Amino acid sequence: MKKRLVVIGNGMAGMRTVEELLSAAPKQYEITVFGAEPYGNYNRIMLSAVLAGDKSIEDIVINDRQWYVDHGITLHAGADKAVVGIDRSARTVIAKDGSIAAYDRLLIATGSQAVIAEVQGCDLDGVISFRDIIDVNKMLAYSDSHKHAVVLGGGLLGLEAANGLALRGMNVTVIHNNELLLNRQLDKPAAKMLQAELEQRGIKFKMAAKLQSLRGDNNNHITAVQFADGSELACDLFIMAIGVRPNMALAKQSGLYCERGIVVNDTLQSYDPSIYAVGECIQHRGATFGLVAPLFEQAKVCANHLSAHGVAEYITLPTATKLKVTGIKLFSVGDFIGEQGSESIQFSDPGLGIYKKLVIKANQLVGAVLYGDTADGAWYQELLEKKADISGIRDILVFGKAYA
Amino acid sequence: MNQTIQTTCPYCGVGCGISAQVDAANRCVTINGDDSHPANFGRLCSKGSALGDTIELKGRLLQPSVYGRETNWTEALDLVADRFLDTIQKYGPDAVAIYGSGQLLTEDYYVANKLMKGFIGSGNMDTNSRLCMSSSVAGHKRAFGADTVPGCYEDYEHAELIILIGSNTAWCHPVSFQRIRAAKEANPSLKIVVIDPRRTASCDIADLHLPLASGSDAWLFNGLLNYVGHASRTNPTYIEQHTEGFAEALAAAENAGISQVAEQCRVNIEDLQRFYEWFATTDKVMSLYSQGINQSSSGTDKVNAIINCHLATGKIGKPGSGPFSLTGQPNAMGGREVGGLSHQLAAHMDFANVDDIDRVARFWGSRQIATKPGLPAVDLFDAIYDGKVKAVWIMGTNPVVSLPNADKVKQALQRCEFVVVSDCIANTDTTALAHVLLPAQGWSEKDGTVTNSERRISRQRALFKPAGNAKPDWWILTQVAQRMRFEQAFPYQSPVEIFREHAALSGFENNGSRDFDISAFADITQENYDRLQPTQWPVNQQYPQGRARLFDDGRFYTPSGKAQFIAITPSAPGMLPNADYPLILNTGRLRDQWHTMTRTAIAAKLNQHKPEPFVEIHPDDAARYGLIQNGLASIESRWGEMLARVQITGSQLPGNVFVPMHWTAQHASHGRMGALVNPFVDPVSKQPESKHTPVRIKAYQPVWQGFILSRHEFTAITSAYWVKIKGEQFYRYELAGDLIPNDWLEWANLNTGVTAPQWQEYQDTAKGNYRAALLVDNRLESVIFISRQNQFPERSWLTSLFVKTELDKTERMALLTGLPPQGVNDTGAIVCACFNIGEQTIKTAIKDQGLTSHQEVGCCLKAGTNCGSCVPEIKLLLLEHG
Repeated sequence: MKKRLVVIGNGMAGMRTVEELLSAAPKQYEITVFGAEPYGNYNRIMLSAVLAGDKSIEDIVINDRQWYVDHGITLHAGADKAVVGIDRSARTVIAKDGSIAAYDRLLIATGSQAVIAEVQGCDLDGVISFRDIIDVNKMLAYSDSHKHAVVLGGGLLGLEAANGLALRGMNVTVIHNNELLLNRQLDKPAAKMLQAELEQRGIKFKMAAKLQSLRGDNNNHITAVQFADGSELACDLFIMAIGVRPNMALAKQSGLYCERGIVVNDTLQSYDPSIYAVGECIQHRGATFGLVAPLFEQAKVCANHLSAHGVAEYITLPTATKLKVTGIKLFSVGDFIGEQGSESIQFSDPGLGIYKKLVIKANQLVGAVLYGDTADGAWYQELLEKKADISGIRDILVFGKAYA
Repeated sequence: MNQTIQTTCPYCGVGCGISAQVDAANRCVTINGDDSHPANFGRLCSKGSALGDTIELKGRLLQPSVYGRETNWTEALDLVADRFLDTIQKYGPDAVAIYGSGQLLTEDYYVANKLMKGFIGSGNMDTNSRLCMSSSVAGHKRAFGADTVPGCYEDYEHAELIILIGSNTAWCHPVSFQRIRAAKEANPSLKIVVIDPRRTASCDIADLHLPLASGSDAWLFNGLLNYVGHASRTNPTYIEQHTEGFAEALAAAENAGISQVAEQCRVNIEDLQRFYEWFATTDKVMSLYSQGINQSSSGTDKVNAIINCHLATGKIGKPGSGPFSLTGQPNAMGGREVGGLSHQLAAHMDFANVDDIDRVARFWGSRQIATKPGLPAVDLFDAIYDGKVKAVWIMGTNPVVSLPNADKVKQALQRCEFVVVSDCIANTDTTALAHVLLPAQGWSEKDGTVTNSERRISRQRALFKPAGNAKPDWWILTQVAQRMRFEQAFPYQSPVEIFREHAALSGFENNGSRDFDISAFADITQENYDRLQPTQWPVNQQYPQGRARLFDDGRFYTPSGKAQFIAITPSAPGMLPNADYPLILNTGRLRDQWHTMTRTAIAAKLNQHKPEPFVEIHPDDAARYGLIQNGLASIESRWGEMLARVQITGSQLPGNVFVPMHWTAQHASHGRMGALVNPFVDPVSKQPESKHTPVRIKAYQPVWQGFILSRHEFTAITSAYWVKIKGEQFYRYELAGDLIPNDWLEWANLNTGVTAPQWQEYQDTAKGNYRAALLVDNRLESVIFISRQNQFPERSWLTSLFVKTELDKTERMALLTGLPPQGVNDTGAIVCACFNIGEQTIKTAIKDQGLTSHQEVGCCLKAGTNCGSCVPEIKLLLLEHG
């Protein structure tokens, strides 16, 4: 008899793990998937493209329901299929609607949820996050009927939301608590270039701003944003985009060891040997995750162990950042600021809107910021991951692989 | 409407004929060699070929000026005449001087000489030919009784052995060199020997190269005399019938046995033996010599040491034989003919002979003719420095660059009460010191005659109307002479009148007593003068069509009619190397530049072969003094110093360094080699010893080095070291500095003179690299490369972008690599200046197409097929990459 694998979470990390497993050991498990969203599996990172109108929902579906059927996977999808409990001694999970599934191995891939700023009025209508198809649909609806959108957070998600809403015709202002946009990904010159380019597209910015409260009308709907300096912005739609935190309530409640996320080892195994976890819900060697590349790497390693090959180890590599805003090319990886003892190489062509900075330490590339021309991003990442000695190509490094 | 005009090249003494297709309306000209001219039969070198690029009006002196203020001719000429008269009245005629040039036409020269020697009454008319040919003049005079070049170019085709002595003919007289190469190709038994401390491009065709110790030439030729004497290879009949002094000369060479010579000259004894044997056993031998012989404190003796060998063997005055002085300048010979050197009077007559003085005085109708030689160049500028000469008129030459101890020359002119400079170029190191500037016509406007190395008189004809207010030199001189109240003797309205007078003087009471006789032209009509075909003097009743060779009759111009052997005791150079100044500095010309670059540097293509002042040094010396290839070095003599790019090469002898003579303060911050050259002169010829100055060398390590390419010329440069190189639609500045600016971008703006631009920038601060480029509407305006290390890409690709009206994206993104985008070929450093073919292009063609000879390279790329000067370099590339 086949072993039973139950997957909690029908998102990108969980399904990538399943796909990896199907290719490594197609016949090993009888698989059951629980998902709280009523769809097959879709590419969450493409939601920005849907919002911007570059893609439709259909375009971003990775695996439709037929795929599950074709692969003999039992899919429980929908709000009532949200798993509400894990019985580790019985090795079963139970969903909201009472469905129960038994497992030999459990994979938790519950992802993350948006951080909600704890300001007065954060529970008003019209205050949403940007996480899933439901959010996108709300935003699209608002853009048809309302004018003023305010996005809290000048990070990747916030800017993508702002860009999408602006393209949908809304008057968008981004509020950011730093002087620089994408301050965790970009240095000052790149951040300034990005801001200028977005401003040219009609997006307004309120930088280094301190949010005081959100004001609503009698219908409990947001109408304005108030700042600590007394200024005020009209607002019909307020997007929270100040980060995510791992969804670990279920794991915690079942007694799995969690810190900031579900703690896993280098094989993605939790403190319970029969339970694995991948994706944005985990904490690995102190780190939590928000970008897609490490998730896929985790999926590969996790599948390797679920299929009992048991040799792979997950190592967190520096992850490159890309902003999914059409026409804006930026790339950032590693230590792009340059800590003590590092050196930097910079190239800029303001006329072409290009800026590149490479950070070098002990003849190794340790970080890169590219703006306007990201063609060599992959090469830099490769050099960085391989810890290659770049002293021989230092002079042409910033100009790209073609010269190496 | 295009018009074809035959004229003569204004550069070296080969005197090539040019066929110029003139588009007068657009003031442009297409230059071709004149197929009918006997000096070149259609060939031209890189410099001559590029003449069309040098006639632009930018940088021309086009208006007279006095004390920095532009004025009209009347005021300027009045002032010159007044100040000269005033000075003569107060201090006597020897307080004024004219310093002329081998670039002047014979007619100009004649009027200058007549004015100074005939009417001002001073011998103080000297010329830059003093730096160039005066040892030859003196040697000829001692041996032949006259300043006679016996042979002609046609002798190259008759010779069985050609010796190139102290002459990099390949670069300095390229068309003659090509003719010799062709002669050798046609007659493989023709042997070529090169005698030169340097292994130059001329060695390319040499069967034997004797890299003799600098200055030891007299030993070598005394040794040869000794050898032919003892090997019974002399021509006793010739010696007996046509010469005097053989025994004394042989006796003086008695200590020059072959082993002694090998030791003194530091050459391989077998090579020496072979050379002596070839000379002794070959019937037709030509000895071509140039500045390596002349520019020496015993240059005259060296000339005579060579001539002695030809006299002893009778190898003179017959086809394919004879000593042959390759003159440096286009009209060095013309200058000698009119008497342009301070010890000469006129028309090959001298102050040494009272009858000559009387004769010329009567001819000119002068009562105040000078009766003694004037000051030769080095003494003249010393006298200016000392305040003895108070007014000087410098014509068409740049002594602040070219004279020895040139910093003192600069100081001399700074001290001088009245300096007049006539020139066609506005800004030179010398015009900068003038009180009065007189705009002379340039080559393309001048009309007159020049004489080349083989005594051939050719017409230089005007191609264009004069630019601005430029006037012919003879006109300027005539105007001043008239204002000095000599109008009766200076009635000239046109060059032909002067030429007739010059011709008449050459025949005046001559009767065969003087070699220079062109009396057949004494009555030449304007029409015939205009149509004058290249003719070798003498041109008189006996030789109405000219004469190819002199001394074919065994008759010389000495009182006895016999040639004179001169007993030579080899002398050491004026100053020998010592512990403080251990190296010998040699100086010389480059292939693509002329003199002080005032004209050749205007032609972009001529600046690419050797763009920067450099010093060639042997690898052992480079190691000893810590010099690295392409690094900078400071070279210092007792007299001055310069900076140059280090070129390490086995072509230099250990202990010797070579620098090019061309760079001025207009083109480089520290490139004036004249500042270093010791002011020792030959006691007979007074020619300076420019080929031998003790120096020391050390690495100059600036904090940063770099270059700027800019579409526009800068008004000022703020770096310690700079060289300016004009290219095709750009200026290239090679730079070095000792202070790193706080902000390179600010520095870039300051130096390029642009404000608030959007520079493309590259910065690797840890490595000290800064690069920037400025584009306007995608057209490249400037590129800057700065580095603490001296590692830069070849400039060739970057410079090629300036001819483009727009750069594409890949080019723009590749700019600051200095390397072409993938798929675009780098041409490399320019080898063939005529067709602008780079080293990389040639290498690639050699490899990809399997080329094996320079002819094949020529077929394929055209490289080397015009002037041929780059053939040695192409052959080297074939050797390395074939």
